[in-house]
Amino acid sequence: MSDGESAEGVRLVGIVKSFGATRVLAGLDLAVRAGEFLTLLGPSGCGKSTLLRIIAGLERQDQGTVAIAGRPVDHLPPAERDVAMVFQSYALYPHMTVAGNLATPLEMRRLSLFERLPVIRHLSPRRRRVMRGIMAEVRAVAEALRIEALLDRKPAQLSGGQRQRVALGRAMVRHPSVFLMDEPLSNLDAALRVEVRHELSDLHARLGTTFIYVTHDQVEAMTMSSRIALMDQGRILQLGTPDELYHRPASLAVARFIGSPSLTVLDTVADGGGGVRLGALRLPFGHRFAAGTRLAVGIRPEAFALPLGPEADGPALAARLVRAENLGAEWHLHVRLDLPEEPAAIVRLTAAEHEAARGLGLLDDPLTLVLQARGVHLFGPDGVRVEPDRVRTVVTE
Amino acid sequence: MAFAAVFLPRAARSASPDRRLALAGAAFAAPAALLLLTILLAPLVVLLLLSLTDYRLGAVAVRWVGLANYAEMFSDPVFRRAIRNTFLYVAFVLPAGVFGALAVAALVHARTRTRSVYEVIYFLPVTSTLVAMATVWQFLLHPTLGPVTPLLASLGFGRLDLLNDPDLALVTLAVIGVWQMLGFNMVLFLAGLSAIPRDLYEAAALDGAAGAIDRFLRVTWPMLGPTTMFVTITTTISAFKVFDTVVVLTRGGPLGATDTLLYVLYLEGFHYFRTGYAAAMTVIVLAFLCALSLLQARLIERRVHYA
Repeated sequence: MSDGESAEGVRLVGIVKSFGATRVLAGLDLAVRAGEFLTLLGPSGCGKSTLLRIIAGLERQDQGTVAIAGRPVDHLPPAERDVAMVFQSYALYPHMTVAGNLATPLEMRRLSLFERLPVIRHLSPRRRRVMRGIMAEVRAVAEALRIEALLDRKPAQLSGGQRQRVALGRAMVRHPSVFLMDEPLSNLDAALRVEVRHELSDLHARLGTTFIYVTHDQVEAMTMSSRIALMDQGRILQLGTPDELYHRPASLAVARFIGSPSLTVLDTVADGGGGVRLGALRLPFGHRFAAGTRLAVGIRPEAFALPLGPEADGPALAARLVRAENLGAEWHLHVRLDLPEEPAAIVRLTAAEHEAARGLGLLDDPLTLVLQARGVHLFGPDGVRVEPDRVRTVVTE
Repeated sequence: MAFAAVFLPRAARSASPDRRLALAGAAFAAPAALLLLTILLAPLVVLLLLSLTDYRLGAVAVRWVGLANYAEMFSDPVFRRAIRNTFLYVAFVLPAGVFGALAVAALVHARTRTRSVYEVIYFLPVTSTLVAMATVWQFLLHPTLGPVTPLLASLGFGRLDLLNDPDLALVTLAVIGVWQMLGFNMVLFLAGLSAIPRDLYEAAALDGAAGAIDRFLRVTWPMLGPTTMFVTITTTISAFKVFDTVVVLTRGGPLGATDTLLYVLYLEGFHYFRTGYAAAMTVIVLAFLCALSLLQARLIERRVHYA
């Protein structure tokens, strides 16, 4: 990330934050590119919301600096950081109409305190002119979000999705350089969530502004983000595109968190020749761990294939079917692998694969599962993923 | 419905479902309605009827006098003075009791560790018996024995006899009234303040409403609307009913400067035993209270937002 300052969205350096004796953020660094949709993903309590609040200025970090568009903002109050935030609860002013809510950020910036005071404000001739301008902008934002019909309503008269849009509008109306969103979809029902996800992606594409989005939902993170920062216990485990996080997880923790159903993890030991053994099966990874080193093999549910054709070729494991779940478009087979201690594993099949397999009698016990290299990962004793490319060069030495 | 089915007569059970539902509803409402009737509405009717008679406590004969009691009341300078004093008292106690309590609540709310200490201090007068406390005030305000007069004198106010000066007695009672109800109103405001979601303040901070005035006008004051309405109405009613301090401290004096409605009513009804006349006064007091409460509810309700 050697982009010039102009391409810098938000830069966090060495952010430390504790609440009492609990350390929430442990020296965190993060560079958010200008215009990207960056998601802070992680389980609850991992510090992602705290990090967002530190960027917003609602919380003060104990150590470290925050810079927005190349400018340190540590000493600035939230309003002067040129950021807008959408809260989980939306935090709309319940006593004001939608128009009033949308106008508030502009009124605060363009009217003097005198022009904002009740009763007295009507003495200012300038106020009416400024308010006309503000209302025009409010209407424009409302039209962009298709809520112009709701401008005279109060938040209590709106549905969850409509409130969500008003909250977005209040953030958009002053054209901030960074949008901060704290789990904005968590109060919506499932169908609406999908819809708003698309709208947020569209909005991001249209505005081209930096979005920093906090969620614990990996589907939201995978579908919307340019990049994801996966967090746990106040640290960033991996920062990368959704593809990188899924297909090249940096560590076992990342691999376990991303992907649903979760990947199967099998404990094994290095055999000294660059491979590992799973029962009678030997997987040649080309690593250089000494014989007897404890390693883990992670297998994505779609990396287990049934021998439906010649392309399903590779090392195979026997398994016993425990339960099959029908999800319509796909099937999840819960199986016990024919290995010592019979570890549980999950196999993902498309509906077509499932039907073909049933026709061929491949679902009768014992199942034969062929491992597909793309979804099989090796993790070292420290949980770090062993990169296959680097492995290969090591092997050729 | 099972409950109704057991307790309703057979005829009702065989009736149409709608009718049965209505009957069941009435049956459930009946006990409360009966209670309301016997302890509230019936006495009110008796009061209205009494106010149209010349009944005296213990009298054998009662004469119907129509509106004569009301006519006498409005031509009676003592009653007119009592109305004037009562409204003056309310006019002082209401703003001081409401906005004072709001200010105190805002300050106490901002405390973290010492909050409960201040809560107790301000709430103590509410829990104490006002008659007993009035005796303490009597001592405090005594021109020769109490500390207040010398204190004020040393501040250059001269030697004031706060309870016996016709110009000051009512204000003094009003100050005691505020002291007594401030804690209660403060607790209500504190509850209101605690119920304001924190993220509204945070949203306001991001929107640029960072100063205390903006925060108060954008968030605190509107969100306290329902609390303020309740506090205003209850404060008005209890200020309107000022009685115990008058009885203990001034007995309406000096020169009738602290004659209040309830005190005059008490004298007429329980000292002179003119029950009919006192009943008429009670009706007027009730009418005032209803009118004031309705007016305030109307005025405030328009501007109050209920979350």
